[in-house]
Amino acid sequence: MSQSIEQYLREQAAKTTLRFLTCGSVDDGKSTLIGRLLYDSKLIFEDQLAALEADSRRQGTQGGEIDFALLVDGLAAEREQGITIDVAYRYFATDKRKFVVADTPGHEQYTRNMATGASNAEVAVILVDARHGVMTQTRRHSYIVSLFGIRDVVLAVNKMDLAGYSQDTFDAIERDYRQFADELGELAITAIPMSALRGDNVSSASEHMPWYQGPTLLEFLESVQVDRVLVERPFRMPVQWVNRPNLDFRGFSGNVASGTVAPGDAVVVLPGGQRSRVERVVTYDGDLARAEPGQAITVVLEDEIDISRGDVLAAAADAPQISDQLAVHLLWMSDQPMLPGRQYYLKSGTAMVPCTVTALKHSVNVNTMETQPARSLSLNEVGVANLSLGRRIPYEPFEHGKELGSFILIDRQNNATVGAGLFDFSLRRAENIVWQALTVGKPQRAAIKFQKPCVLWFTGLSGSGKSTIANLLESRLHDLNRHTYILDGDNVRHGINRDLGFTDADRVENIRRVGEIARLMVDAGLITLVSFISPFRSERRMARELLEEGEFIEVFVDTPLEVCEQRDPKGLYRRARQGEIKNFTGIGSDYEPPERAEVHLRTAEQTPEESVEQLLAELERRGVLTSS
Amino acid sequence: MQVGSNCAAISLDWTLVSAKTALTHLQRLEAESIFIMREVLAEAENPVMLYSIGKDSSVMLHLAMKAFYPSRPPFPLLHVDTTWKFREMIEFRDDTARKLGLDLIVHINQDGVAQGVGPFSHGSSVHTDVMKTQALKQALERYRFDAAFGGARRDEEKSRAKERVFSFRDPHHRWDPKSQRPELWHLYNGRVRKGESIRVFPLSNWTELDIWQYIYQENIPIVPLYFAKERPVVERDGMLIMVDDERMPLRPEETPQMRMVRFRTLGCYPLTGAVESSASDLPSIIEEMLVTRTSERQGRAIDHDSTASMEKKKQEGYF
Ligand SMILES: Nc1nc2c(ncn2[C@@H]2O[C@H](COP(=O)(O)OP(=O)(O)O)[C@@H](O)[C@H]2O)c(=O)[nH]1
Repeated sequence: MSQSIEQYLREQAAKTTLRFLTCGSVDDGKSTLIGRLLYDSKLIFEDQLAALEADSRRQGTQGGEIDFALLVDGLAAEREQGITIDVAYRYFATDKRKFVVADTPGHEQYTRNMATGASNAEVAVILVDARHGVMTQTRRHSYIVSLFGIRDVVLAVNKMDLAGYSQDTFDAIERDYRQFADELGELAITAIPMSALRGDNVSSASEHMPWYQGPTLLEFLESVQVDRVLVERPFRMPVQWVNRPNLDFRGFSGNVASGTVAPGDAVVVLPGGQRSRVERVVTYDGDLARAEPGQAITVVLEDEIDISRGDVLAAAADAPQISDQLAVHLLWMSDQPMLPGRQYYLKSGTAMVPCTVTALKHSVNVNTMETQPARSLSLNEVGVANLSLGRRIPYEPFEHGKELGSFILIDRQNNATVGAGLFDFSLRRAENIVWQALTVGKPQRAAIKFQKPCVLWFTGLSGSGKSTIANLLESRLHDLNRHTYILDGDNVRHGINRDLGFTDADRVENIRRVGEIARLMVDAGLITLVSFISPFRSERRMARELLEEGEFIEVFVDTPLEVCEQRDPKGLYRRARQGEIKNFTGIGSDYEPPERAEVHLRTAEQTPEESVEQLLAELERRGVLTSS
Repeated sequence: MQVGSNCAAISLDWTLVSAKTALTHLQRLEAESIFIMREVLAEAENPVMLYSIGKDSSVMLHLAMKAFYPSRPPFPLLHVDTTWKFREMIEFRDDTARKLGLDLIVHINQDGVAQGVGPFSHGSSVHTDVMKTQALKQALERYRFDAAFGGARRDEEKSRAKERVFSFRDPHHRWDPKSQRPELWHLYNGRVRKGESIRVFPLSNWTELDIWQYIYQENIPIVPLYFAKERPVVERDGMLIMVDDERMPLRPEETPQMRMVRFRTLGCYPLTGAVESSASDLPSIIEEMLVTRTSERQGRAIDHDSTASMEKKKQEGYF
């Protein structure tokens, strides 16, 4: 007995894993199918079975018979509604393989859940009801599955018992599906007629469908070969952590994303471009002669080079490209819509960088795969967009590799994961070429003006005194022979931004353009005064991040709303109160005061002249006015 | 004996299956868990590993030793001691921390101790709430940990099947099943604001069988209570309870008897049922597991309250 168990353990140790995704619409029989797989592989314990029988009787859905679906429907809220709304993971094993099933819901409003399940699956099982055939949702499921990189698809034609186990029905559905799937590119499709409820062609061949010669679902899952190419691809390893237990050891820890690595291999570090050779591949279980894709290792290099988290170690002869301007496919996963111009964090591999969606080219209808022009993306929408990153990162087109080809976007306020996407290509041509340094640059331009360029960003309510103070300051600076320029709502709104309105998307774009213009003016060596209500922290932060450390001086013109309303120089508050102006900052729309402005002017307590003195003192302190 | 599968007559060409280079399932699970641990360490400011002394914790700790090698795991272990753990667990805990040279923080809810809270006097749910759930919150707040590793697995229980690897908790440690962060590829999002935290489950994708196989393969030390031995037990409410110390009040009809028993899970001794068994080494434990027909959580008194009980507990902040 004990000998047989040890034999068994040896066999178990050699098993591989297959991760697959099941998708189908409500009532296609997905839960029943998974429950059946778990049941057939004896993974249901007696106590669970007893609970299941009791549940089945209580809910009465299967006329007293076991309702396998109850086995897998999880959270309480979902059970009450009778639908699965999240990704649930299930585990079972056969003699050949271990399986992880990502069970995902099929409604359009759960596209993000499906994408989540698909991202880590190697095979997709797409259910259709034999009575209904290929439907809109079947198309949607297939599109998302293929978009997220799954190449092996099972078309599970379920409920064949209700379709008289008819070969004609099955053949017609398969034909239909293949025709449509041609548009999706290279999918390897296996169509299987089955009845999840009765067990036909799930784990054992159906007695009712002798005309079907192909594998049962389980046979297919046990034998399908995936991950064929990972090992043949060039070596890549995103560095997770620099391992420095003492002064004598310096290693770079990470998992091999693709390819293999061995001592002596020439590697390059990206985005920096330094080269070296691998000295050791260290693990707890001893040094490795060669590491395979997926393995967690620590690499020691022959040379001392500066490497940090987010860098990628790659084969020197065949390195990935680097870029900060990328065309991508993007799935939006947040209730708050995606707005071009707003800043997010992008995480790809182990790198985290600020990022802006600079242009949304179009959105894709996930049901029909048709594209349409769009200005923003809402929850569960897919779009094609351009991204601008805060710095260059190594990347690969998604079809070359998931690890360096995928990314998520993170909201900067609440840290939620709001988007997921795939890199398509770089928008810059010569990604490998270092930028040509111009002989005349910002320092040279600033030097002949005897000043240090900067942006004074005045923010505050309408009527708080931004323009008054900015104008006064400019004339003082002018008197001091300094080179200045003022950007305010009027000269910008009527010119470069006259195509923009007052929607959220437009407000963000408005600020982005102003920020970019201010950046150019700073580059030209000017002291730039921007006077904009700019009510949202995220937008002011976006402007700040366009500039170098110390160049952005946020000036909070702090005037209580009552005071502004009393002043009401343009009569705007009155009109807003009467409902003539919607979304007026302070009345219909919030103003988010700065948390750490560089200068805080309390205008209710001091004259504009005193405010200007305060600003000049600050500029003096920062060395803006002394020659550099 | 035929174990593991009953998939009927399968006749395919299996040569296709053995892609030479693919990692085995245990290698793959190991590598993924290590990846997760390193991500947390690199992104969190103040991580901690919740160490519950059970077999899952033993595996998690072993993985941490591997993940950071040749460095030591750069975070402390935290054990929330309800004061009702088996004595052998406490011994094992202190031994392990000493041998591996790791910092061990033991936290006891002193308010609970002052009020004399215990499973016999207050019942299992009050005891668990005060000495475990509240105690854990106290400890996380006191040390301001922003990330805590836990050894939970998705296969343990239905509501866990949907748990993320990185599970976000608000400043009150609450888990909201509706606002979990989607997890795509291996891109985990561990960003938190002040006061918020994440629980991280590096063993999410492991099954009970994987755990035992790995313990066997890697020769990982576990608490001897998992192995069958003659132990003093009484039968109470359908469970075999071990009389681990003199605090256990015996009912008139109860006299402790020596029986060959072992434990499939470990917790507070008055709440943890033993199973009769003669499995005294790992292969026989695994063999027994493969043929028994009850799931591992059955031995835990706290799960019996209602079908969705675990889910409710989690929303309240239970690990
Ligand atoms: N006749 C028949 N009914 C099925 C089959 N598979 C599932 N069902 C039934 O279809 C209904 C929906 O199944 P369920 O598994 O809950 O679907 P899900 O929403 O896709 O998870 C249930 O009443 C099942 O019993 C099948 O192969 N044949």
